[in-house]
Amino acid sequence: MQHKGENDSSSWQMNCPVSIPSNAECVTLAHGEGGRLSRKLVQERIVRVLNNEYLVALNDAAQLPEVRGPLALTTDSFVVSPLFFPGGDIGSLAVFGTVNDLAVSGARPLWLTLSLIMEEGLPLAILDRVLESIAGAAEMTGVKIVAGDTKVVPRGAADGLFINTAGVGELITPTPPGPATLKEDDELIVSGPIGRHGIAVLAVREELGLSPLPLSDCGSLLQPVERLRDGIGDQVRCMRDATRGGVAAVLHEWAETCGLTLSIDERSLPVSPAVRGVCELLGLDPLHVANEGTMVIAVKQGTSAAALRILHSLSETAGARLIGNVTSRGIAPVTVRRTLGPEQPLDDPLGSPLPRIC
Amino acid sequence: MCLGIPGKVVRWLEREGAFAQAEVEFDGIRRIVHMACVTEAALGDYVVVHAGIAISRIDPLEAKRIFETLAEWGEDEGWRSDLSSEPEASP
Amino acid sequence: MKYLDEYRDPRAAQLLLDEIRRISSRCWTLMEVCGGQTHSLLRHGIAAELEGTVELIHGPGCPVCVTDQEAIDYACQLSERDDVMLTSFGDMLRVPGSRGSLLDAKTAGAHVRVVYSPLDAVELARKHPDKQVVFFAVGFETTAPATALAVKQAGRDQLENFSLIVSHVRVQPAMEALVRAPDNRVQAFLAAGHVCTVMGYASYQSFVEQSRLPVVVTGFEPLDLLEGILACVKQLEANEAQLENRYARTVRSTGNPAAQHLVQEIYQICDRAWRGFGNISDGGLELRPEWQRFDARTRFTEPVLPVINVDECRSFEVMTGHLKPPDCPHFGTRCTPETPLGAPMVSSEGACAAYYRYDGTMSRR
Repeated sequence: MQHKGENDSSSWQMNCPVSIPSNAECVTLAHGEGGRLSRKLVQERIVRVLNNEYLVALNDAAQLPEVRGPLALTTDSFVVSPLFFPGGDIGSLAVFGTVNDLAVSGARPLWLTLSLIMEEGLPLAILDRVLESIAGAAEMTGVKIVAGDTKVVPRGAADGLFINTAGVGELITPTPPGPATLKEDDELIVSGPIGRHGIAVLAVREELGLSPLPLSDCGSLLQPVERLRDGIGDQVRCMRDATRGGVAAVLHEWAETCGLTLSIDERSLPVSPAVRGVCELLGLDPLHVANEGTMVIAVKQGTSAAALRILHSLSETAGARLIGNVTSRGIAPVTVRRTLGPEQPLDDPLGSPLPRIC
Repeated sequence: MCLGIPGKVVRWLEREGAFAQAEVEFDGIRRIVHMACVTEAALGDYVVVHAGIAISRIDPLEAKRIFETLAEWGEDEGWRSDLSSEPEASP
Repeated sequence: MKYLDEYRDPRAAQLLLDEIRRISSRCWTLMEVCGGQTHSLLRHGIAAELEGTVELIHGPGCPVCVTDQEAIDYACQLSERDDVMLTSFGDMLRVPGSRGSLLDAKTAGAHVRVVYSPLDAVELARKHPDKQVVFFAVGFETTAPATALAVKQAGRDQLENFSLIVSHVRVQPAMEALVRAPDNRVQAFLAAGHVCTVMGYASYQSFVEQSRLPVVVTGFEPLDLLEGILACVKQLEANEAQLENRYARTVRSTGNPAAQHLVQEIYQICDRAWRGFGNISDGGLELRPEWQRFDARTRFTEPVLPVINVDECRSFEVMTGHLKPPDCPHFGTRCTPETPLGAPMVSSEGACAAYYRYDGTMSRR
């Protein structure tokens, strides 16, 4: 964990959306003990905001209706610092992140669990904001938060707030068969400008003094995924949201699985001016910077034009681009063609240059 | 580390001396840059920024020279028209 | 981005490449001094395109690579103090010292923070009056004005909690040492464009006259590098040895006087140990006596732990152009960016790092 001195900002203080008076009500250890205060917290704050029939019942396990057909299950933990960043916060991230993982796996997201680990001293007003954000994201994506848990750890044992969400969805055919099915001449697409989330978080956390503050792409990929499935369903090989490690990490994972080479052209990469500017300034490669609401898609040869037409019809994926294709295994698992010279290997991100991005 | 990035001076905050500062724009993103070494820069000028300070003003005439040379070689791939265009405003 | 993208135009680059090939009667050997130039040559595929036409030897211009191991050890040692916030450029974090790198120290709980600018470190000192903010001041003459300004600001604001570990190095003494070496193969130099932006290039005149080698001040983008290379080749073909400036949009012959005054006000020239090279006479900068209070070594009186020479790294041979990184027996095997034997594999301007990331030959092994 990062060394934290007394004067170091907690992850909720940076870019805080509400002013917190010094006598504000805060989370205490008692809130996590399972007694009256715990119940009060859950009922008055969490259930009230996330209101649905399963949560209200407050059983030990949510009793859910039958789903005909196979399911998908995923989980993710969120430790982003700061909690609030331009374009989102840990709450919306926690919902969209898990919803997107289900979506790109070919599932329609149904239900989520929500686990909160709160640091003693977290202002309740901050918790309320995060919960509102979670509620908003859940409503937008049509998922219900049906079960959850709250724990409180002593000051210093967590940084503000950590969240885990697990999500269940029903698989809708045709489901993308996955990177093992990639073939030569398959085409590679990104659904929008790359690197936005990592840069947005970095700009705030490192207090880079940029204006305007770059926005994260934190958001739902449900619509684009559904439209692609309806339009060109069985032409899609695989999809993946390009979170930690960026687009490069996804390409490396796929290349490792299929044993072929994924080759991209640097000049086709969509990069927003803000991300470009910051990356030049800091010497970062946008291919290695995290995204949240942007995915890499591999489609069968000849399908990219149709895929792009579909993506361009939606505002969240208006910036989608064809970035490369799959070839027989060459000089490296992932290669990039730059301005000049021969294809070069694109290195596998060593470790994030930007920790605690999601 | 020798990264020196060109940016446009868009607003002066402190004009004089060792504590001169200006807002500099890099492709639409602005940051405050220490200008003690380039206090003569005018609004709209481009400067090279390294480690948070401006170290030089870019001379627009010198900047065009390589393209003039290439145009002279007879390879007029649109550089002649580029030479007369003004720097585009950032989005 | 204006003044960046147009210097990456592939059609223009192709024309310059063709011209270099057209006029070369033999394969000349050039050295680009600055690590940033090395990276650009490799990243943009220029070195690959020129194979067989021009041999590019990579020079010692990577300040991170030549920062003495003792300074890294000292930085790690200070960072472990509870009252210290050690601030540094990101590049220095993975460079191995006697007992690990700054990143290792950070992982073990030391307060180490990456900053983009030394002025940001001064701001941190203002914000955290209870901490001693120490800035690891590495870099050539390009960076010295920024750290000098930081000291000046700290002085004006009478900050008692800001200091530097001064590790600045000077380019020209290293170039002179290279040229004096009996096995020197360099026939012309691409001088470091951003160092010259600050220092000017008039001081190279006597160097050119004495060594009889062309020196061309060169920038960093593909067109800049190709222009510099073309100018060198033209001179060599005509048996000339002149000083030229091919980065004139940024560099003037007298450099930036305001920047030089700032540096001279705060620093003076001194001898300095360069990692891999040993002591280089006049090879560094140190704080002047009247600014000594901002020297971390004055502020903190604890003794430095002994240096354990960890270097099986052959950085000296790499940085003097006698060993190409892929030809080093440790390259890609014992020495990788995750497990570096020395600095050039982890510095963003290190030659080994450039080959590891951009050169296809690495993957062909």
